[in-house]
This record gives sequence, structure tokens and C-alpha cells, in this order.
Amino acid sequence: MEGQSVEELLAKAERDEAEKLQRITVQKELELEFDLGNLLASDRNPPTGLRHAGPTQEAELRALARDNTQLLINQLWQLPTERVEEALVARLPEPSTRLPREKPVPRPRPLTRWQQFARLKGIRPKKKTNLVWDEVSGQWRRRWGYQRARDDTKEWLIEVPGNADPMEDQFAKRIQAKKERVAKNELNRLRNLARAHKMQLPSAAGMHPTGHQSKEELGRAMQVAKVSTASVGRFQERLPKEKAPRGSGKKRKFQPLFGDFAAERKSQLEMLRVMNSKKPQLDITRATNKQMREEDQEEAAKRRKMSQKGKRKGARQGPGGKRKGGPPSQGGKRKGGLGGKMNSGPPGLSGKRKGGQHQGGKRRK
Amino acid sequence: MRPLTEEETRVMFEKIAKYIGENLQLLVDRPDGTYCFRLHKDRVYYVSEKILKLAANISGDKLVSLGTCFGKFTKTHKFRLHITALDYLAPYAKYKVWIKPGAEQSFLYGNHVLKSGLGRITENTSQYQGVVVYSMADVPLSPLNLPRHIKEGEKLLLHHQEAN
Repeated sequence: MEGQSVEELLAKAERDEAEKLQRITVQKELELEFDLGNLLASDRNPPTGLRHAGPTQEAELRALARDNTQLLINQLWQLPTERVEEALVARLPEPSTRLPREKPVPRPRPLTRWQQFARLKGIRPKKKTNLVWDEVSGQWRRRWGYQRARDDTKEWLIEVPGNADPMEDQFAKRIQAKKERVAKNELNRLRNLARAHKMQLPSAAGMHPTGHQSKEELGRAMQVAKVSTASVGRFQERLPKEKAPRGSGKKRKFQPLFGDFAAERKSQLEMLRVMNSKKPQLDITRATNKQMREEDQEEAAKRRKMSQKGKRKGARQGPGGKRKGGPPSQGGKRKGGLGGKMNSGPPGLSGKRKGGQHQGGKRRK
Repeated sequence: MRPLTEEETRVMFEKIAKYIGENLQLLVDRPDGTYCFRLHKDRVYYVSEKILKLAANISGDKLVSLGTCFGKFTKTHKFRLHITALDYLAPYAKYKVWIKPGAEQSFLYGNHVLKSGLGRITENTSQYQGVVVYSMADVPLSPLNLPRHIKEGEKLLLHHQEAN
């Protein structure tokens, strides 16, 4: 009997081994094509088992999937491995299949104003050198940009031209001109961008003073001018008798008329539940603020007491006061955590206090 | 026409809860259909979803009313309950006061009701409680706030317009 059971066991073990081997090795007519970079295995064998016209053959599909996955995993195990932070990792080769585009092809952008003009006139971009010889500094400098060759704002000596006002600041004039050019360039760039995205720029259509504007147009121009400052009109002073503009607050947003009825009902029921619970709901922010304020006050009081006592008795007692008996942990939005201070007090320093229990009833709420 | 904001819903619920207490959830959550509160020109209407969908087709300035008007919000955003809400308040009322037939007529014309005009009153009605006034034939007349604690033999004044 025992012999039989031993034989049986051996036979079973052998059968298991064979089965395992059979599972790992899969026979296929055509070899699969592997793209390990994408973890892809392509099976070109004709699916004879699936040709039955009828309900899907679940078991056969599953078997097919299992076989193909087994082959893929076999291939993966043959890759060179390395160790990355306690994990054994296989290094995948470069993917060989080219994946299609994720997003559509970018459409051609409309030409900028200069490009249109250049095309019209047949102007080609002339090839220019990057660096230019600068006599003044005696070096090769950029043609444009940082520390460029001929920067007229950086000159230290400017001759006053014959027809100019002798009191005028020529340096400031040059800097101003530069700023205006930069602003104009920026405006044109934004306009080109708006044209490319077919967006509308805020236009100054009716705002130029003509002398024939109506009261509404003038009012509108005045409003726009008021808001066109760096702080968007926030610090503009009003004339002595000018009234504040009506309707300049934020527009309120309401729920849609046919919103989600179930959600509306749920929120109303929740509100009713809160109203009916007859308990004052814990407002966490207020509770924590109150807590923090009380703790600060106590610490300040203690410090004052310590400094007084220290002067008199020469700092006999160490800081015995950082004992905070645990407040309810739900108010815990404090930086540094309330838990850190809970049991830190030296236990037997002053005889009055017992075991960390905090005296004084103020803080309980 | 728009749904009520959180703030407005809370003010309104607090008012209505004075009269019907937690039975208010039966108004919000009804088994026989979806009913909701909508605000139109400062008035709150309690309307079923079906009627609401029909009413949405009428332009705002031509729409006079829809469903049942429960009350309105005043300019300072306080909620005033209207008599048209009585149909929904009466069945759920927690505290009721019945008045005798003689006093009933006088009450409906706006006069005070003396204590002798009271027929029945539910027990444990506290001071300043919101009650619904019924006639002896169990016809609801008006919602009301009690002015004072009921004591025996005391002249009690209940005024119809003290409802809100």
C-alpha cells in the first residue's frame, strides 16, 4: 500500500512536470513576430478553431490568448536584466513598429503681415552674419539682443542736435523711443497671433476722439480708459462729484433650471438633516483657530511668569509647562501636529499637576 | 426663473420648519413625483417637474405663476410665507390650534382671537411656536405664531397677521 502511494506520488509528480513543460512550451505552426519594445506579439497563424459560425468560443479564445502571452513572456525572460532598487528589471529593446499619430496633423498657420508683404514684393530673407565688429568696444558683438553692437541707449555722450530744445533729456528720449518700438512690436505679434487663432483682439474702434461722439460713446470710452491701467482701474480716483458705476460687481452664477433633480434633492435633504440634528455642527476651522489662539495665549502667559520667576529665583524650574493634555484630535489642522506635544512634559516636576492632565477648563471646546 | 441658492434654501427651510418640523423632508422627497422649488421674480414656487418643463417654455416677463406659491423673498432677503402654502403645510403640521365657530369668522376678518375662542390645542405647544389654525370642522385656516404660553384663564391674543 505504501509502495503504491509512493509510486502514485512519483507518477503524479512526473505528470505535473510534464504538464508544466507543456504549459511553458507552446507549439505553433508559424512563429510569432515580436516587438519587445512595444511588448507586442503578432500571431499569423490562421485561427482554425475560431471559424465556427456561432456564439463566441470563450474557452478557445482564452486558450489562444494564454498561449500567445506565454510565448511573449518567454521572450521577455530572455532579455538582459539589471537590478534597479531591489527589483529585477528587463531592459527592453527599441520599439520597431511605428505607431500612428496621436493628434491630427497641425494645420498651416496664416502668414504674418510681414510675411504677406514680403511674399507680395518678392523679398527674400538676406543671410546675415551673427556677429558684427563693434568699433567702440573693440570686440565682436551680436547684431541684436543682449550687449549688441550698436545700442544707442547705452551711449555715454550724445550731442544735442541743432534743432532740439537744449533742456530736453536726449538719453531719456532714446530710452522712450526704444520702449515705444518694443510695445509696437509686441502689439503686432499679438495681432498676428490673434489672426492665427482667429480670435478677436479688443479693438479701439469707437474710442478715438472725433468731436462728434454721442453721450453713450463718450461714456463707454471713459469706462474703457478707466480700466486700461496696469491695475485694471483699481486705484483710479474719481472726480469730486462722480458717482460709482452701477453693475460693476461680479455677475452671480446660478444653477441651471433643469439641473440634476436627484442631486438637488440630496443636497436639500442634507441641509435638512443638518438643521434637524439640533447639535451645533463643529466648524473645524473655527475650532482650530480658537485652539491655536488659546495655546498662544497660554504660552505667552507662561513665558511672562517664567521670566519673572527666573529673575527672582534664578531659573530653578526648567520649562515645566509644555504639557498639553490631548485635545480632541479632530481639530488637527495645525502645522507640526498636535500629537507631538501631547506627552512631552516631564512627569513629576511640579507637584500640582497629575500625570499630564491639563488644568483649566477653557480649552475643552 | 431659477433654482434657489444655498442661502435662500436655508432661510426658506428654517421658516417652513417652524410649522412642520422634520416633515419638511416629505415635501422635498416625495414618492409620487419630483417636486422642486423655483424662484421667479422673488417668489418661491413649489412645482412638479412636469409642470416646470412646460413653464420653461413661457418667457419670464409673461409668466405669472407656476405650481404653488409658497412665499416670497423680501428686498432684504427675508422669507415671507404666503397663505397659498397652507395646502402643503396643513397635513404635516406638528402643532394645531382649533378655534370655535364664533371666533372663526372674526379671525378670518383679521381680528384677534381670545383664549375663550380656542377650541382645542395640541399638547406641549411651547411659547412662540408656529402652529396651524383650524376651524372646528378641521378646515385649515392659517399658519400662525403663538404669542405667549397658554395659561388657564388668561386672555390670549392671536392675530391673523402675526403669522410671519
